[in-house]
Amino acid sequence: MSSSEAHQEHEHPWYLAHHFDNIKVQNYAVRMGMWLFLGTEVLLFAGLFLGYTVYRYFYPQAFEECSQLLSVGMGAFNTVVLIGSSFLVVWAYHSIKHDQVKKCAWLLFLTIVCAGIFLVVKYFEYMHKIHEGQLPGKMYTFEGVTAPGANMYFSIYFLMTGLHALHVIIGATILAVLMVRVMKGKYGSHHNVPIELGGLYWHLVDLVWIFLFPLLYLI
Amino acid sequence: MAQLSVVNESEGYLKVNYMNADRGIMSWVLTLDHKRIALMYFVLTMVSFFIGGMLAEAIRIEHLTPGETIMGANTYNRMFTLHGVVMIFMFMIPAVPGIFGNFCLPLMLGAKDVAFPRLNLLSVYVYAVGAGLLVYAMASGGVDAGWTFYAPYSLSTPATIFPALLGVFIIGFSSILTGLNFIVTVHTLRAPGMTWMRMPLFVWATYATSIIQVLATPVIGITAMLVGIEHVFGFGFFDPTRGGDPVLFQHMFWFYSHPAVYIMVLPSMGVISEAVAAVSRKNIFGYKMIAYSSLGITFVGFFAWGHHMFLSGQSALDSGAFAIISMLVGVFTAIKVFNWVGTMYRGSIAVNALLFYVCGFLFFVVFGGMTGIAVATVSLDVHWHDTYFVVAHFHFIMVGAVLMGVLAAIHMWFPKMFGRMYHEGWAMVAAALIVLGFNATFIPQFLLGNAGMPRRYFLYDEKYWMLNVASTAGSTLLFIGFVIVAIYLIYALKHGPIAGSNPWGLTGLEWQTTSPPPKHNFIGQPTVEEDPYTYQKKGEKVEHVVI
Amino acid sequence: MSEWFTFFNELMRKMLFLPEQASTLAYRIDFLHYFVFIVTMVSSIAVGLLAVSFFFKYRAKEKLASTPIVNASHRFEATVIAVPLVFFFIWAAIGFRDYMWYTTPPRNTLDIYVTAKKWMWHFSHPDGPNSNANLTVPANRPVRLLLTSRDVIHSFFVPEFRIKQDAIPGRYTEIWFEATKPGRYRIYCTEYCGTWHSNMVGEVIVLPGQEFDNWIAKQRLGLSDRVDVSASTDNGGDFRGDLASYGRRLAGVQGCLKCHSLDGQPHIGPTWVDLYKRKTVLVSGETIIADEGYLTESMMDPYTKVVKGFQQVMPSFRGKLAAPEAAALVEFIKTLRSDSLENTPSKEAVYGPVERR
Repeated sequence: MSSSEAHQEHEHPWYLAHHFDNIKVQNYAVRMGMWLFLGTEVLLFAGLFLGYTVYRYFYPQAFEECSQLLSVGMGAFNTVVLIGSSFLVVWAYHSIKHDQVKKCAWLLFLTIVCAGIFLVVKYFEYMHKIHEGQLPGKMYTFEGVTAPGANMYFSIYFLMTGLHALHVIIGATILAVLMVRVMKGKYGSHHNVPIELGGLYWHLVDLVWIFLFPLLYLI
Repeated sequence: MAQLSVVNESEGYLKVNYMNADRGIMSWVLTLDHKRIALMYFVLTMVSFFIGGMLAEAIRIEHLTPGETIMGANTYNRMFTLHGVVMIFMFMIPAVPGIFGNFCLPLMLGAKDVAFPRLNLLSVYVYAVGAGLLVYAMASGGVDAGWTFYAPYSLSTPATIFPALLGVFIIGFSSILTGLNFIVTVHTLRAPGMTWMRMPLFVWATYATSIIQVLATPVIGITAMLVGIEHVFGFGFFDPTRGGDPVLFQHMFWFYSHPAVYIMVLPSMGVISEAVAAVSRKNIFGYKMIAYSSLGITFVGFFAWGHHMFLSGQSALDSGAFAIISMLVGVFTAIKVFNWVGTMYRGSIAVNALLFYVCGFLFFVVFGGMTGIAVATVSLDVHWHDTYFVVAHFHFIMVGAVLMGVLAAIHMWFPKMFGRMYHEGWAMVAAALIVLGFNATFIPQFLLGNAGMPRRYFLYDEKYWMLNVASTAGSTLLFIGFVIVAIYLIYALKHGPIAGSNPWGLTGLEWQTTSPPPKHNFIGQPTVEEDPYTYQKKGEKVEHVVI
Repeated sequence: MSEWFTFFNELMRKMLFLPEQASTLAYRIDFLHYFVFIVTMVSSIAVGLLAVSFFFKYRAKEKLASTPIVNASHRFEATVIAVPLVFFFIWAAIGFRDYMWYTTPPRNTLDIYVTAKKWMWHFSHPDGPNSNANLTVPANRPVRLLLTSRDVIHSFFVPEFRIKQDAIPGRYTEIWFEATKPGRYRIYCTEYCGTWHSNMVGEVIVLPGQEFDNWIAKQRLGLSDRVDVSASTDNGGDFRGDLASYGRRLAGVQGCLKCHSLDGQPHIGPTWVDLYKRKTVLVSGETIIADEGYLTESMMDPYTKVVKGFQQVMPSFRGKLAAPEAAALVEFIKTLRSDSLENTPSKEAVYGPVERR
């Protein structure tokens, strides 16, 4: 018993928690935890998607007219930015697996820059809406669309994109922390699951947007 | 091995245990030990239970007379809202998973800790922050929307409901973290030999609960936030004057809050499965059926929410479908009840407080469950919906059954947690008082509902007076019972006789370690070689019976 | 009902503290209730006795005794699943049948509009009269209630009839009943609606058929001018008659009355009663007099001069109302004076009953 314990002691690197037997089990556990967490995130958004479906069914005309008020160009640009950033984060994961630490850090940095660009574009979109009075609920003052339910469209627009933007900020923060840790040399081919999980989270952010863009901007 | 030497074999009490292995406040505040976290939950949820209980007593005293007794209408409305919010979000949802899930689950699986100890600690603090917000909401004028926060009333009330909704949202996160942690723990940290079909039924029940916590809680989170945002900024999401649909709120609310009932009751069912095996020293009759029925309740529970809305203008066909699905929950519960009773067959039944709680639980779950079937029968619900009948029904399940589970868990695992025994005589007296008091409180409420008294009524007609007085009298008995429990347990913490590592003579892994357990749960890695609840002495000829 | 049956019914009803059975639905619900209750009691007592017998038979004789391993056969488990399932499904089926019966009104019901509001019930017979708190209905005649709410969700409950239905703002729900015994029965609100939720009560007064007819005829005396707000759209275009009547009709057709009330109560929009020449404070703070110009402007550009205390929710009617139509509406508004409001019949929102097969 004591010999096997000493053996285990020997095999316990810093990134292996004491209550896991080996790194394989730990990786399995953290991956599973992350996927479950992503499931909860999807369900968080699901409430809003349900709201979108119900109100689109209630107010088809207003939803159609209002979606034309959004700038498809800006939305499409943001879509490209986010999909590109998802690619970058996968590339970063690939590099760290091959011990290319510096490249990985740079790629993570570029991903964060993409997040920044996304938020800046979103800021201009919001400012335009606020200026025009295309606002949710009782704050709606825009006169261009008079069909009932226009205020509801903008309630949903701001709630969904707002919650998504919050996720972009959280995701970028996570990636920033990972980038710093990459630069400190904590990860490499032996240990890279945190990058994988950060990337997964970023993919979720991307994926939600891929649903939001057509639903809000295109149809 | 060093720790073994400090076990005082003659006393059976581990002197350096998880509670005093590390010293100082910080060792508690920043602890990653699931057992210490369980104790933190213990203290917090018991404080919540006390607050919620006091509010309940106040409501019952108010109902001593048909008119105003001790408080005004607005105070009364705040009281029942806070009673519901505190009991559900601060006590019942976190209690059994938080205390006994945390304490026992890793021990039962033979693990050193839960999969993510830091998330576990975070969940306590998230819970504390959420609970703090709810307490703040109470202190700053209170919330009067009912715990269901039905739109559009909750949107128009002048009360400060935003902090309360934020509190619900945040406590929800704590619940998600706990659930996520347990699911991963069950999947990854089982001891060698602990196959799925060898897991104790409490683990199965906790696992099923965790699935609901993870899948349903985000929906209540977003719903609470929508109401909060709407109350503050006027987004109009559920507000009919701005084009919103108040019934959509009810759908989203019950999509969580119906499964939430199973978050509350499933862990208690798990506790009772353990307790019924413990008091009758028998293998669980129909182990697989009980395990699978927990998962069945989880699955079916997600599709039964519409039975809260038979009269909210949903289509009659929907109502019929939801009624049928609700019946399935009843069947799963019935399977459990028959198997628990079957477990007593040819057992060796001990008479102690635990048995009282098991019997109380069976009684409450049968009548709570059957009245649940009755209110899910669409036409009957027309009369009973939102009357005291429904109040009595869900108190039978959510207080009767859940509380019996909590009390059974406390009494079963108290010696493991603290290494000491409570006074069995007083425990039986208290158990009898609680079961009697509970019936005296809520059986009159069934009759009140039959007679047509609506719930959440500050004033009531004089024809309902007698039954209300009976109910209040019963609640006093219940209260006395709880006080006795608190007294003998607190006394036993310091002065109880040493329990020894396995006072009940049980077979679960948690009984194989010392009492209280050491910091890392086990000395060496425990292994499992036989099915759970194998109470036969080694080498003895075992009689196999199949019914 | 045979004598024995009446006795059984009364026994069960009294034992369960159920109120009197005063509608055709009450019997249906109560008999299912008895069925469920009796089966529950019999089965629970059986299970309970079994547990008690186990308890006495298998009391622990020694500590840490060995016990046999008892397992369930598939046949046993199947029975345990099937028996409750059969009962539950029978109940669900009967319950659903009764519920369908309860939610499908027969033809030729007497329709009554019910408007809930914090904290009162308002009842309108389509041809008058209206009343608060007291609902008068005939016995042995099907009555359909069309419920809606002005503010939050309420629920209409008469225990003796065993009927209940939520009244939801922004939509109509319907229920029907047939009272069987003349008398007075309490109405309760069962959906929590604020401070005086428990005071939101009323009474149903059930009169024998002939008495009811006399009553309603008497009530309608003096209601010379019938308002038909549920005017159909078919002859709106070639209306002949005075402008005010035309405006009254238009107000129904164009949906004005969904938001503007004719009873002096502010609703989503300001009431039209006494609106003409009223001194009105706007959101901007200025005070104007609501003359013809203002009224017409508000139809076309509703947001330029919003009355204080109201939301900007009114759609513009530019292009939807021709000039003579706007004038007709103004003329109609001019006729609405509170001193001439006595005995006006139904002023409820437009509701077209759905065609029933």
